[in-house]
Formats: sequence, C-alpha cells, structure tokens
Amino acid sequence: MENMVNVFLFGKRYQVPDNLTIMTAMEYAGYQLIRGCGCRNGFCGACATIYRIKGDRELHACLACQTKVEDNMYVATLPFFPLVKEIYDIEKIKPAQQVMMQLYPEIYSCIGCNACTKSCPQGLNVMQYIAYAQRGDFEKCANESFDCIMCGICSSRCPAGISHPQVAMLARRLNGKYIQPECAHLKERVKEINDGAFNDLIEALMQKPVEELQELYNNRDIEE
Amino acid sequence: MYPESLKEAIKIVEEARARNIAMEPRRMTAEEKDALLKQYHPDYKREEFRELRVGPNKGESVPKELAEMLEAHSRITADSVDLENPDYDVDVLIIGGGGAGSSAAIEANNAGASVMIVTKLRIGDANTMMAEGGIQAADKPNDSPAIHFLDAYGGGHFAAKRDLLSKLVTEAPDAIEWLSELGVEFDKDAQGNMITTHGGGTSRKRMHAAKDYSGAEIMRTLRDEVLNREIPVVDFTSAIELILDENGNAAGAVLMNMETRELLVARAKVVIIATGGAGRMHYQGFPTSNHYGATADGLVLGYRVGAKLLYPDTIQYHPTGAAYPEQIFGALVTEKVRSVGARLVNAKGEVFMHPLETRDVSAASIIRECGDRGNGVDTGNGKAVWLDTPMIEIIGGEGTIEKRIPAMMRMFGKYGIDIRKEPILVYPTQHYQNGGLDINLDGSTTNVPHLFVAGEAVGGIHGRNRLMGNSLLDIIVFGRSAGRNAAELSKTVTTSKLTLKHIEEFEKELSDAGVETEAVSPKLLPDYTRRK
Repeated sequence: MENMVNVFLFGKRYQVPDNLTIMTAMEYAGYQLIRGCGCRNGFCGACATIYRIKGDRELHACLACQTKVEDNMYVATLPFFPLVKEIYDIEKIKPAQQVMMQLYPEIYSCIGCNACTKSCPQGLNVMQYIAYAQRGDFEKCANESFDCIMCGICSSRCPAGISHPQVAMLARRLNGKYIQPECAHLKERVKEINDGAFNDLIEALMQKPVEELQELYNNRDIEE
Repeated sequence: MYPESLKEAIKIVEEARARNIAMEPRRMTAEEKDALLKQYHPDYKREEFRELRVGPNKGESVPKELAEMLEAHSRITADSVDLENPDYDVDVLIIGGGGAGSSAAIEANNAGASVMIVTKLRIGDANTMMAEGGIQAADKPNDSPAIHFLDAYGGGHFAAKRDLLSKLVTEAPDAIEWLSELGVEFDKDAQGNMITTHGGGTSRKRMHAAKDYSGAEIMRTLRDEVLNREIPVVDFTSAIELILDENGNAAGAVLMNMETRELLVARAKVVIIATGGAGRMHYQGFPTSNHYGATADGLVLGYRVGAKLLYPDTIQYHPTGAAYPEQIFGALVTEKVRSVGARLVNAKGEVFMHPLETRDVSAASIIRECGDRGNGVDTGNGKAVWLDTPMIEIIGGEGTIEKRIPAMMRMFGKYGIDIRKEPILVYPTQHYQNGGLDINLDGSTTNVPHLFVAGEAVGGIHGRNRLMGNSLLDIIVFGRSAGRNAAELSKTVTTSKLTLKHIEEFEKELSDAGVETEAVSPKLLPDYTRRK
C-alpha cells in the first residue's frame, strides 16, 4: 500500500504517493507538463521550484525532478525567470576586469545577503563566484560556478537584481577560451589533418573488404 | 539511503572489492559477443518489431511504437493553414534546439544566411545537455583518425556508412578546437594537454570531457553563442508537418505553439531536421536516460514527405541506467564511471565482464546476469547489478569522484547514497537512436531535395551501435556541416508555391495499405499523467 501525502500545487491540495518527486507528483495529479519540464534528470534547469512546508517559515528552492514530495508541501514552480543576458562577441572581448563592469555592472551592487547561495539547488557557493567575478578572477569564478545549470533560482532571490548564471556563463567562456592553457597536441593534430597527413591511411581503410576490417578490429592493440 | 536488505547485499561487494580491483577481467571474443547479443540484446526480440506497411521503408521492421507513429495521421489537414502568408520567411529553418541545431545555426549564420531555430521546448532542452561522459577525438600522438575509424566501425558492427564515419573521425580534432575557441572548458592538465580516458570499445584514450557535465558545458556554450548572434529562436513551438514546394523540394514547416496550439507557417529555402532521439517512446517498455522531448518527431516529419530511414531497428540501451532509488529509475549513470575505474559486479560479488565492452555488449551482458544466470540484485523494483564506485577512490585516490564525476555524486547524494563509499545499482536504459534519416556526406537527405538532417535524427554515421563520445562529436561535426551546406545551397534556391499535398497522398497510401489507426503524429511529448 502506497503512503499518501498532501501536496499543495499552486495552493490546491492533491493526495499523492510519498515516493514521487514533485515533478512526477504533478503528473500523478493530472498535469500534462509543457513548461517546467526538461531533462528530468537535474541537468537542464527547466524545473526550478520553490516550496514551503506548512508551519515552517523557511522558503526552500529545488529542482522539481530531483526532489521528493513531503507531507504538507506548498509548491510553486518557476518555469521561467527573466535573467539579463548581455550580448557580446567572444572574439572581441578580453578577460579583463572591466568586462564585467561593462556588461554586468549590477554585480557590484551585491549586498552580501547570501540568499543566492542559500537557494542554489546545486549547492554552489554563488555569492563567492560573484565575488570572484567582481575582482575579475574569471578562472576562480568559472571553477566555482562550473556545476551551474542556469535554473535562475538565485536571481529570483537577489535584491540587487544580479543574473548570476549569465555572469558565470561569461566567466566560463572567457576562462575556456583565453585563460586555460592552449592545447599543443590538438593544434598539431588539426594542422596534420589539414595537411592531409592521414588521408592515405583512412582511404586505405575505406577500400578494404569487411572481412579484412573485422580481422583488423578483432586484433587491434588496446592502450592500457 | 539503502534499505537493510540492500545494505546486507552490499557487504558481499565490499568483501570482494580488493580482489575485484586486483583481477584483470577478460574481454569477450567476437564469437562470444555475437552469441550474447543474439540471445539477450533487445534489438533481437523480433516480437517487439513490426513491418512498415507504407512509405519509403515499406517492408522493413521497426520498433512497434515507432511504426505506430510513422503510420499515423497528420495533426492537420492541408486546408487548415494559409500557406500564402507565412509567419516566418528565412533562408534556413532549423527544427530542434539541441547541440546539432545550435551548431548548424551558428555556421549558417557565419555563412551569411538568415536562419531561425524552432524548438518545442527551450533551446538547450535536449539530449546534448544530458550527455555526461565526453566527446571523442583522435588528437593524441599515439592515436590517429584511422584508429578512431576502426574502433567506431567495429563497435558499430561494420554497418556505418564509411564516408560519413570517415568525416566524423577526420573532423573530430577540428570540432574540439572549434568548441575550445568558443570557450568550452575541457579537462586539461597544467600544460594544456587534454585529460583523456577510455570509453567502451575504444582502443586509445581519446575521451575528452568537462567533468561529467560534458554535454551541458558544450550545450550552454553553444546556446550562449546562438543568443550572442541574435539568431531568432522560436521556443515552445514544434514543427508538426514539413512543407514542400510544387517541385517536391522541402520549403518550410507548419509550426504549432505548444501552449496556445496556434498554427504558424515558416517558409524556408532549406530545412534542417535536428530533432534528436526517441527515448521517450519507451520502446519495449524500457525506462530512458533521454530528455522529455525525445519522441522521434524528425523521423516522422521526414518520413511523411518521403525521406528514407536507415537502421531504424537499432536502438542503444545504455548499460548503466540508475536502477535505485526509483525516483531516478532509468537516469543515466555515465560510462565515465567505468572509465575512471568502477567495475560491474553481480549479486555474488563477481566481476562478470570487462567494464569497457561496447554498450550493446555490456547491456546484453547485464540483462543476462539479471535473467538466466540469476545473479541480479533484487532492488524491490526489478533486478539490477552493482557498479562498484568506491573502487574509483581506491584506484584514483581520495577525491577522484568529486573531481571527475561530480554530477553522479550529486545525483545519488540527493537520495542519501554516497557513491564514494557505497556502490550503486544499475540496469540498461533506452539511450540512443542508432538509426535515423539517411543522409549524403553533405548532410542532405538522400531523396528529398533541400532537406538536411543533423544529430541523433541521422542514421548511418555509427552503424548498428554507437561508441560513447561519438554522439557529442557527431552533433558538432555534422551540425556544423549541415549549417554551412544548407546556407550555401540557400543562395541558389528559389522556392516555388508551397504545398501540403503530401498529407493527402500519405493518407491515400495509408488507406490503400489498409492501415486503420487513430494515432496522430509526431508525438511531441510523452503523456505521463495518471490514468484514472
């Protein structure tokens, strides 16, 4: 026998089995989801949700696909949040501190309330990565924010109006393109390929009968 | 948190761990693999397939659930839309906002075409976002595109279209370079060397990763670039029917707003289908690791205008879907968990196979272990085998899991399972559509002019099974190339009068073949609401 709990979806009460996630509870209640449902696996940030347990003052934030229902849970989904996304040309900007000042100056209005960090369903130290962005330390900002799924819950809680996920996105691209060390063996290989260094090898394989390729495949060296 | 019964079962795994790490598991011979697949792989369960009665692949077998969609009615009739006054008019229309669609959009934009993405959810709501393990490219000195070719060709049972596969492996390093230039953060050492590992069936360590968020890191970067270029993205809008012109060329699509159900018309000189996979069709009742929107829409759209399918009967079941807890049943446990050292262990504590066989072989082997051999672990919701994750910390040192597979640690951590200390339960999950629409080397379909395909909706790049890391690669290589080639082609195209007469022709074909069905397609989204 399933244990049933009371869940209030947008204030309306439904009884659902207690082993469901918020997302599957909504479907159990009869919602055919369009918005607020994406990968169903914690990677896409489509199902940002806020909830409060009856009698509890604290407001919680979570991903609906990753969170089990609880008895007397009041749920409101946040399927869209108007983040500010500034347009830039990745080829023209440079990883200098003024980039943030130009594109996302509101980060300097952070009042240090830490509501962003407290709300992050990924458990990221959001306020810390914003602090790194303020200083122009994009590498640290990128690393600290790496697991961000851009659900936008942090921004919904921010009194300074910061679009944290977009700030972090910019920092990561700057880090990936300009700060991480370049990969010499990759550049070398691309050049070799462009020079046609492997054309003969590939062409020879392409022309071989299947039996010969099977033989080669079944006896190939495998790197330890 | 594991219940007492599973905690007891874990003791057997713990007790065997040291000797399981020390042993060197044997790889299966070609004959053993063949026999295993024939007996246990879901693709060989013929009763789960049926012959198509209409269309270009008439007489060929496909999964029953796909057959129903391919032989279904259109959602519209030709007279329900006004083709004379299109709501959108572009050079290149891209259907799908995942990795392939976004790559195509960026390159078409580069080539000077006016381009638009239409996607039934949001840009980035796609299997690309969920790809965890990595992307292959032969860029190390001990490796070469030729070795990559042989690994993929053999892994795909020698069925790949050789020219497509050759393009895939030859352009792989350039794809990595392109992504790096866009700012994708690959795992590198202090000198800039790529940190690479094995995937199932690779003979060189060529799996590039961004922790275990590889696809997410690529997808969010591509999305940011699409937005920076101000390429129009019409979201929450699905393509429900392709439009041809009077000469039989693809010339646009009928779109439907997913929320208001409003119908819109997009005219285009060239159309690219980049709609992804089919996990949400739940073939044979399997759970899936796929995105909510993975319902084979592009295959249906293409098929109805006469585009041919290649290998639509081959589905990839990822060997390691989460089998416990039930809240994440079927969710992907990346192959990278095995790449960094974890091994598959049965209920008796035995390592029953080499951890890095190809996916079809691994999946069949797990199904056998849980079936005939009776060595599965009872999860309370079916059988499963252990993936002994604590091995990773012993082999790679403390902290390896947090550094290399943080998403996995988080996914199980939410349910009170610390994968650094406790093994996890896995069972195959529907993961990838090996087959799809048949294309030429330039990405165009083989028999519908001005219609291109990229990404998982393509069939033939990988053959009858795909190696880990070759899908993230194909969406980039073939997405970019489709975008470039579509843009070039659009410069020479003049579209004649638009028509939907193919709907009527298809209806006639259905009735001539005696197909009686109430189904409409494409499916667009699965229905998980409770049946009362």
